[in-house]
Amino acid sequence: MTTAATADRAATAAPAVSVRQVSKTFSGRKGQAVTALQDVDLEVAPGEFVSLIGPSGCGKSTLLRVIANLLEPTAGSVEVFGKAADQARRDQDYGIAFQQAGLLPWRTVSANIELPLELHGVGKAKRRARALELLEMVGLADFADHRPDQLSGGMQQRVAIARSLAESPQLLLMDEPFGALDEMTREYMQVELVRICRETGAAVVFVTHSIPESVYLSDRVVVMSPRPGRITEVIDIGLGDRTESLREADTFFTRVTEVREALRGPHAAAQALGVEAR
Amino acid sequence: MSVRTQQRPKVSSDEPDVVKVGRTIAAGARLRPIAMSLLAIAIVIVVWELYKVVGPEDGGEYFGMRLLPRADDVSMPHIWSIFERYWQPDVDVAGGSTVAVAVLQGMAFSLGVAGLGWLIGVVVGLGLAILMQRFRTAESGLLPYVVLSQTVPLVALAPLVVGWGGQLKFFGRPWEPWMSVAMISAYLAFFPVAVGVLRGLQSPAATQVELMRAYAASWWKTLVRLRLPASVPYLLPSLRLAAAAAIIGAIVAEISTGTKGGIGRLIIDYAQAATGDPPKPYTAILGAAVLGLVASALVGFIELALRRYRPVEARG
Ligand SMILES: Nc1ncnc2c1ncn2[C@@H]1O[C@H](COP(=O)(O)OP(=O)(O)OP(=O)(O)O)[C@@H](O)[C@H]1O
Ligand SMILES: [Mg+2]
Repeated sequence: MTTAATADRAATAAPAVSVRQVSKTFSGRKGQAVTALQDVDLEVAPGEFVSLIGPSGCGKSTLLRVIANLLEPTAGSVEVFGKAADQARRDQDYGIAFQQAGLLPWRTVSANIELPLELHGVGKAKRRARALELLEMVGLADFADHRPDQLSGGMQQRVAIARSLAESPQLLLMDEPFGALDEMTREYMQVELVRICRETGAAVVFVTHSIPESVYLSDRVVVMSPRPGRITEVIDIGLGDRTESLREADTFFTRVTEVREALRGPHAAAQALGVEAR
Repeated sequence: MSVRTQQRPKVSSDEPDVVKVGRTIAAGARLRPIAMSLLAIAIVIVVWELYKVVGPEDGGEYFGMRLLPRADDVSMPHIWSIFERYWQPDVDVAGGSTVAVAVLQGMAFSLGVAGLGWLIGVVVGLGLAILMQRFRTAESGLLPYVVLSQTVPLVALAPLVVGWGGQLKFFGRPWEPWMSVAMISAYLAFFPVAVGVLRGLQSPAATQVELMRAYAASWWKTLVRLRLPASVPYLLPSLRLAAAAAIIGAIVAEISTGTKGGIGRLIIDYAQAATGDPPKPYTAILGAAVLGLVASALVGFIELALRRYRPVEARG
């Protein structure tokens, strides 16, 4: 996916995600309300990779669920590929993966990946072929007929990612999908995800707690702050091709520092700038 | 491409020996309940006969109260005399068929009635659980009554059901007493199913429920693909409890409604012969106990058929 192609598609098509002035308030048990999101604006171009990063409880998962139409926003509007969010959900315009794999233990690995296809009336042979193709992609081709409980946590997570790709969505919503993986598998999965996005041209909204991960994967990193949850900064990464050597490049570390300072807040950023100016 | 293959974490598809060993242990574990039941029966027999040896013939009376039962042959016949009694003719019955035949016929009758009651109870329980899962208002409105229903004493209920039944016609045929017995059986059987399955239907993790919503799956599809399979581990013990409740319900209902033909009536009839024929009541009581085991074994077949949905340890 080249930058030119991205820009091209962005110009012709509606944005993959368009969040406008979205707020979300949860009403607690005892009447006290929690403002999980306040006046959030976010636009994701087709094919663009955007990470959401921020301290725990700042509303990352809430924002992702609002985009997925699993939660209704209290105020504001959400559009996915120019459609209302609930329409996009019914049209299966996105694939989703959560931090928990959420596999059904009574189904085989293959049948788990086939579930969304089965629900939407895809034929048996076609489903099976697609599942095997995806299992090949995530390196679990030999495990098609195993039960989820015969797999390690990391392997289960890869099945969940394969499942999110089952219907070749043009938008992927991922909530800390690599959170449970060890460092080696995690980097391997990052490379795979970048490759999948390049091949399918899918846009991604990716929630993570890892600064290097967000920098490595993203075109843009969206930094959020809690109470109330809002976007404080958007950092353009623009590192070009993701190669293994990128992880050791100076430009990579510059971006990592940039995101880290944005996370510390405006006060810390000003201090850091002051040090740099001297 | 080659880089990718190298990086792929090494995983072998060969089934580890641990799994195979695990399966052998599992096969052994299935035999264990049978061995345990045999052991339990052996212990009862030994204790019974031991008490006959050491216990006081005319009961132990202390502080003016009888605390120990009589150990004489009238109160506690020898185990072997009970088994002998099975092969002797049932004097009450013309034609001289043996007690064994009478008890077996009684058991078959009660099993049939209790089985029907169990089936109705399971269907009603499942229906109620699904209704309560679907509508939260139904849950808060129905659940108290479901719980309350089980606090009504069975003995008080039985004559009422017979009374109501007497005024009913069932598809043009008169209401028979055994139908009342089946209703009372069902009344006891539906409860564990309703409560157990409701918990099962509510058991899927938030992630799994959200996933089904993300797939725009209808309530019905979510029920069939997610909630029902997830409730199987809760359903199986409920079915067992329901079977035990249905059997007890049938026997007590037979006795309290005076329904003829079942093991419950036989227990009463034989108890009246106790003074002249001490082992006889025990033949019917034993039959009732075996009936419980038979019902439990039948549910075991259902468990075998649904073993695919057995709970597994969640990992990772
Ligand atoms: N269903 C809910 N009911 C009430 N409050 C909620 C609910 N979901 C989230 N919240 C609140 O909204 C806020 C944001 O939650 P959210 O899960 O979006 O945070 P997050 O950024 O994803 O955190 P983490 O990084 O720990 O996953 C939190 O204060 C949380 O308590
Ligand atoms: Mg979260």
